[in-house]
Amino acid sequence: MTTKTPSKLEKILASGQLAVTSEVGPPRGSNPKHLEEKANIIRNHVDAVNITDNQTSVTRLCSLAACIRLKLMGLEPVLQMVTRDRNRIALQSDILGAASFDIHNILCLSGDHQSFGDCATGQNVHDLDSMQLIQTVRRMRDEGKFLGGADIDRPPRMFVGAAANPFADPFEIRVMRLAKKVAAGVEFIQTQCIYNLDKFELWVKMARDRGLTEQVHIMAGVTPLKSAGMARYMKNRVPGMDVPDEVVKRIAGVPKEKQPEEGIAICVETIERLKTVPGVHGFHIMAIEWEEKVPEIVERAGLYPRPQV
Amino acid sequence: MIVADKKPIEEIIEAVRPYGRLLILGCNECVTVCEAGGKKEVGVLASALRMYFLNQGQEKRIDEVTLERQCDHEYLEEIRDRIDNYDAVLSLACGVGVQFTAEKYLSKPVLPGVNTCFLGVTEKRGLWTERCQACGQCILAYTAGICPVSRCAKRLLNGPCGGSTKGKCEISKDVDCAWQLIVDRLKALGRLEDYEKLFSIKDWSTDRAGGPRKVVREDVQI
Ligand code: SF4
Ligand code: SF4
Repeated sequence: MTTKTPSKLEKILASGQLAVTSEVGPPRGSNPKHLEEKANIIRNHVDAVNITDNQTSVTRLCSLAACIRLKLMGLEPVLQMVTRDRNRIALQSDILGAASFDIHNILCLSGDHQSFGDCATGQNVHDLDSMQLIQTVRRMRDEGKFLGGADIDRPPRMFVGAAANPFADPFEIRVMRLAKKVAAGVEFIQTQCIYNLDKFELWVKMARDRGLTEQVHIMAGVTPLKSAGMARYMKNRVPGMDVPDEVVKRIAGVPKEKQPEEGIAICVETIERLKTVPGVHGFHIMAIEWEEKVPEIVERAGLYPRPQV
Repeated sequence: MIVADKKPIEEIIEAVRPYGRLLILGCNECVTVCEAGGKKEVGVLASALRMYFLNQGQEKRIDEVTLERQCDHEYLEEIRDRIDNYDAVLSLACGVGVQFTAEKYLSKPVLPGVNTCFLGVTEKRGLWTERCQACGQCILAYTAGICPVSRCAKRLLNGPCGGSTKGKCEISKDVDCAWQLIVDRLKALGRLEDYEKLFSIKDWSTDRAGGPRKVVREDVQI
């Protein structure tokens, strides 16, 4: 078991134990209270906490500042970073900022298109794409170099992650795309929320057949559904999301007040089933504004207590 | 070609209101093809403006000229002897033509009559779509002849992103995902494995980011 960074997440994954991460969306304002509350609810049940970066292109308190806050509270943050809003100077600069606070995990993303958010008429940047951001962090960390070639004094020591969506199209290149991210230097993957388990398992199998699961830790993404309405919304309105009809039917089949409970049950069953899939090394629980349910999900799925490393 | 779209008439009216003698200057090239600023559009706009100002009881002289091109010295010279008859020029050429006209006739206000949109094609009559952002460093050889810089909403060089759904882009069900097109074409060419080649970080200095660009061809200069 060799690790390249001081990241706890990396240590747990390297030890072969199933890792658990969750995420917190920063507030739409500068009041940190809510963020701290959310973090405190999940702190004992997860190994690291992703901080989203202006998710769905809605302007929020910056991911880096929120990560620092978490770090100061004694939690391990995963800095999500999208290439939508910053050019390569700003990206590298924020990476250094995070490194100066010993933030040891980063998730490299391209980000949703700005037309989904509160600044739909804004400019996007996309100087780099997510794969190129992965390469950038690896170069900064492993070679101690900026993209421009200059040396970095105290290079970042970050465990490098990215997202994968096994349900986006075209399906035939979904594994090739994972291979590309691996070639770019990604070390862990958090997937899009999984509701279509058969398709996800097929994707992991294809990745396994190519030996990719030996090279990258795949963490399966789950999101508990709160209601049949949410299931339908995710199915019809969220690009790249695959919610099979059976799932919608199942949650719609129970009375409204019981639907949240059913959503949690589906989520726990998903984790239980995926725990046994070779190549799945952990879970990323995205309980969008429903953080209070994360401890229950983690416990019921048999992932508690979290290992000490 | 350069694709442009007509400006709303209300905007044009406000822009030309202060000027008594107006020359509407069309262009025979791209804006003619995309039916935004050729001879026909010059005529239609001129009549509309005449009618409007007549109704308002405002005296205005509105003349029409359409040049072969507004982006070349020699054609722009054709109006030199009559430009002083006007208080302003309303150019229906693309932004290039508007600027070159303004540069040439420094003392005349030159107003844009169209919105210049993009470099594109006529898919069918009445439908023009973007194909190129003139990035100055063409990568089409590696992307099966489909340009992700201009056709992917995030100009991803290693796409598709996670929002690609049933061949469409995450921004709209009406927009093709450029990367779906690239993958389909790579497959048709029997080159799907090329998709796995990592696209390295792009040099954008040949793009707008590098400042105004210049093409110098000493071999053809006279
Ligand atoms: S790669 Fe650049 S030059 Fe080539 S088509 Fe795209 S934008 Fe135009
Ligand atoms: S869906 Fe396709 S075209 Fe749209 S941003 Fe993603 S990769 Fe680009």
